[in-house]
This record gives sequence, C-alpha cells and structure tokens, in this order.
Amino acid sequence: MRSKMKALVNWYEEVLSMPHRREVASELRDEDDLFLLLLYSEMIGIPNPAYYYTLELYPYMMEKFHDWHLRMGMEKSPLSGFRCC
Amino acid sequence: MNAIVLALIGMIILGLGYRYYSKFVAEKIFRLDPNYITPAHRYKDDVDFVPTNKFVLWGHHFTSVAGAAPIVGPAIAVYWGWLPAFLWVILGTVFAAGVHDFGTLVLSVRNKGQSVGTLAHRLIGQRAKILFLFIILILVLMVNAVFAWVISNLFIQFPASVLPVFIQIPLALWIGHIVYKKKQKMLVPSLIALAVMYIAAIFSSQYSFLQIDLVRYMGGDAGTGLFGLGAVSTAFFIWIVVLMIYVYIASVLPVWKLLQPRDFINSHQLVVGLGILYIGLIFVNPKITAPITNTAVGDVSWFPLLFITIACGAISGFHGLVSSGTSSKQLDKETDARFVGYLGAVGEGVLALIAIIAAITFFPSKEEFLATYSSFGAASSGGLGVFIKGASNLASGLGIPASISTTIVSIIVVSFAATTLDSSLRLMRYIIAELGVEYKMPVLEKKHVATSLAVFSSAALVLLPKGPQGLGSGGYLLWPLFGTANQLLAGISLLLISIWLKRLGRNYLVTIIPMVFVMFMTLWAMFQQVIFQWSWFGSNSNMLLFIFGAIIFVFAIWIMLTAFSALSGKYDDKIIIEDE
Repeated sequence: MRSKMKALVNWYEEVLSMPHRREVASELRDEDDLFLLLLYSEMIGIPNPAYYYTLELYPYMMEKFHDWHLRMGMEKSPLSGFRCC
Repeated sequence: MNAIVLALIGMIILGLGYRYYSKFVAEKIFRLDPNYITPAHRYKDDVDFVPTNKFVLWGHHFTSVAGAAPIVGPAIAVYWGWLPAFLWVILGTVFAAGVHDFGTLVLSVRNKGQSVGTLAHRLIGQRAKILFLFIILILVLMVNAVFAWVISNLFIQFPASVLPVFIQIPLALWIGHIVYKKKQKMLVPSLIALAVMYIAAIFSSQYSFLQIDLVRYMGGDAGTGLFGLGAVSTAFFIWIVVLMIYVYIASVLPVWKLLQPRDFINSHQLVVGLGILYIGLIFVNPKITAPITNTAVGDVSWFPLLFITIACGAISGFHGLVSSGTSSKQLDKETDARFVGYLGAVGEGVLALIAIIAAITFFPSKEEFLATYSSFGAASSGGLGVFIKGASNLASGLGIPASISTTIVSIIVVSFAATTLDSSLRLMRYIIAELGVEYKMPVLEKKHVATSLAVFSSAALVLLPKGPQGLGSGGYLLWPLFGTANQLLAGISLLLISIWLKRLGRNYLVTIIPMVFVMFMTLWAMFQQVIFQWSWFGSNSNMLLFIFGAIIFVFAIWIMLTAFSALSGKYDDKIIIEDE
C-alpha cells in the first residue's frame, strides 16, 4: 500500500515536472548552441581569433556537435572540416 | 432521471469506446507497431524528444488539453435540454474526439514528430500553411476575447474569488523561484500554494471586506461609474484592462517564472475539482430537473448549433495542436498512442459530462430551469454561472458550505480560463511573428510589437461590441465563432489523417465520417449565422460578427475544396508519407 502510494506521488511529481524540465533544458541547450557558435565560428566563416585554441576542444565536442546537426535537420555533418558521422 | 445513473451510462459508453473502438482503430486502421522507432527515440535530445512513460505522458497531455472550454460549452448547450448535449459529448468523444486526438498523435509520430501545421503544408500544399496560421490566429484571438469576458464577469458575479485568484500570481512566482533557482521538487510547494488559495477562498467568502467587489464600491448595480457608464459596465471595463495588463506581462516573462508554476497549481485544481464533483455527485444523488429536450426553444435551433457550441469536450482542433506539437515527440512506443491520445480525449469527455450534470441538476424545478435558460442569449451569458452554482451544489455533498464551494468552483473556472488566456496570448504572439516572416515584415517579429498587437486586438474585440448586455457583449456573442474555428481546425486535422490513410491504402472511413460530419455542421451553422443573423439584412445584424464569421466561412469553403482535390488526387509528388 505504502509503495503504491509512493509510486503514485512519484508519477504525479513526474507529470508536474515534465514541461518545466523541458523548458529549462531547452534554455540550457540554446546557451550551449551559442557557446558552440562562439567556439567554432571560424568554420562558418566568422573570423575567430581564438580558433587555434578552441580547436583543441574538438574531440570533446564531437558528440555534442553530432547532436546539434541532427537537431537542425541535417543527416550528415554540414562542415567539411568537422566530420563526426 | 437520476444523475448518478446518467453519469454511469456516460462513463460506461466512454469506457467501452476506449476498450473496443480505440482498440479496433489502433489495430486495424493505424496498425500500431510496438517495434516502430518513435521520434522520441530516433531524435532523442532530452529536450523536445524524450521517451516518456505512457502514464506520465497521459497526465501531461490531459492537463494540457483540459481547461475552461469543456465547462463553458456544455453549460450553455444544455439550453436545448440535457439529452442532445449528453449524446454529443459522449458519442462525439468516442467517435470524433478520440479518433482525432489519437490520429493526430499517430500521424505526427509517423512523420518525425512534426505538427499538424507543417503536415498540412506537406500533405495539402503551400497555401495550407498560411491558411492554417490564419485560422489559428482567429481562433486564439477569439479565445482571448471570450476568456477575458468570462473572467471579468466571474469577478463581478463572484467577488469572493478575486483575492484567491490574485494570490495565485505571487505564489506561482514563488514556486518558479524555488523550483528553478533552488532546484527543489514541485509537488509540495504547489500543494502548499493550492492550500493557501483555498484558505483565502474560505476567508473571502466569509468576510465581505476581503471581496474586491467593484460594483459595490460604485454603489451597486444601479450606481454610476466612469465615462457615463453604469457600475457593472465600468467594473467590466476595469477588469478587462487589469487582465490585459496582466497577460501582457505574463506573456513576455520566461515561461518558467509564471506560466508553468500556474499550470502546476491548476493541474491540482483539475484533479481536486473532478474529485469533489464526482464524489459529491455520489453523496448528493441529485435529480435531473432540466428537461430531456427543450421544446420551448424558438430562437436558435440545436441542429446544427449544438455541434459548435460544445467544441472542447466533444471534439476540439486545439487538441490536435497539443497531440502533434509536444506529445508526439515524447511517445515511448507507438502502441502507447492509443492510451495517451484516445484516453486524453476521454478524460476531457468526463470533465464535460460533469459540467452537464452540474448544470442540469442545479434547478429545483423544470420551470426554473426554463426561466433561466429562456433564450440562447440568456443561456450564453448565464450558463457558466449556473454551472458554478450547480457544481457547488454537488460539492455540498462533501459537507462544504455553499458560499465556500461556490467561491472554490469559480476560482477553478477562472484559473483554467486564465491559463488558457495566458497560453493563447503567447501563441498569438508567435503566430503574428511567423506571419511577419511569411510576409516579410520584420517589425512583427519583435516581441513587444507582436504582444502589443495581440493584447490590443483582443481588448478591442471584447470591449468594442455593444449589444443588449451593454459593454463587452461581444465576448459571449463570439462563443459560436470560437466553436466554428475550433471545429474547422479539427476538420482539417481529420482530413490530414484521412489523406494519409488513403495514401497508405487503408480504410479511412473512421476519420472521414467524423470529418464530413464536423465540417457539414460547421458550414451549415456558419451559413445560417453569417447570412440570416449577422449580415445587414439578418435578424440580429452585427458587422463585427459578420466580418469574422465571413472570413472563417470562406476559409471553411476553401478547405472543403482543397479536401476534395487532395483526396481525389493522383499523388505523383514525392511526399514521404511514412518513415521506412
């Protein structure tokens, strides 16, 4: 009985938090996208003096970059110098 | 007839509809596949595309689609007697709303989680997108006007509800703060907020100094107000201005600050409200005093107006926007669509059913019912008040005093209406911005320009029309127009599902029959109203309604023609109908 009650409360909490979590995640994602753009702006033709250093982050960003171009509706990486799939 | 029996009959039919009809549709028509990789998995990004447990998703879907509309429509429609409203709600939910909500969900899941607007573009053509945007624009404009009218009138009619409703705003800001900034769970704070609201309701119903009664301040109904208006009209005007300032601020704030925490509180109110009313129904065991059919009706025929008066609760195009907008992106397994989509519609049917029961059991005798529901105009302006009193009558079964339960029920209705108002104003802002993109008018894309346009047009719509009820009569006159625009949207969605099914070579009768029914009723009702009532030679000439009605009517005809060509087309285009 107690465990069922707990499950019910968890379910209710989950229903309540779903849209909220999505909204917060979406704002964070937008911030991340902006950060990515600042780091790799050179690749889309915007001069970036820090490009030489940010390129070192490339291996760590690969997965995120892959997620990003899929989200933007591109099946493959749009940048020839940035292959991930 | 006994109201419990009526509720039971309704529940049993809804249950059978879910158990058998939706199963048939799921297995034989949509052929749901448990192994199909849904967009939630294929495009999983933990933001929009998140595989979600079906019970959680149902809860979210249901709270998103249920609002004040399934209460307002039935409370007015019992004007024609309880049987037509009951039958339309129950059969409409089983054969139209269920299939519509379920179908838009499946169609979207099979098409990368895209919304019905985008799918209309792909399945019908380019013009369909703009047409869609305009219909939604008119729809949300009317939602704004109608719900602002509803809230202002409830504030005037039930002044005890003002304080608890306004307390909800700082409470929501507080929840937003502790959930977002302090990363705490939201169940307990939102329950505390609800408790504070209801305690405020108890006090404000007991002590008149806590009731913000503008009419009383101006010397009662016969008093005089500003600009030579009467006290009631002035109070109405002030409330509309206050509401419009509020929605302006609410719509430009980030959603997590005010809108979402309000939704958390309101989803509790939905559960509490449904619980109080259905449990109260069992204890009170009221008799239905309203007539089965109201034969004394002379002004407005139930056929076809009933089918547009009850939109949400029987079938609603707005649900398709939710189904294909967010729910489809979170469906874990394709087979869950039946549970989420169809049962979500059933949930709203249950809400509409209790709204009917509350309104038809309130009056001590049939004569009193007929006296209150003396004309369609009287039903439109007084129906909601009847629901609130009827619902408080049911709540008295739980031992809640009438004055307190009336305030609580009015708070529930106002909160639902305010949430709808918030979201529809925000939606209107987005649509104006999108039209700005389509027509290359970048100024419309600016947040404050789009919001101001939305707020001013909504305020003008609800304040300008002056009818028999004085200032603001446009609000309730617009209700049938809200119904028609909403049904039109539902018709388009059903049409999209039919085209999709036809292209797959499947039986599309389950969607085309409700589509033809809904479209036929909508067109017929519109034609009657636009030509014989609102035009310059009509019985109730009103240019504003004529213009709006005529625009929607032209859209409807356009869609019918598009429907014929899309359904009979050869489809030599390369539209991908189904993901391989």
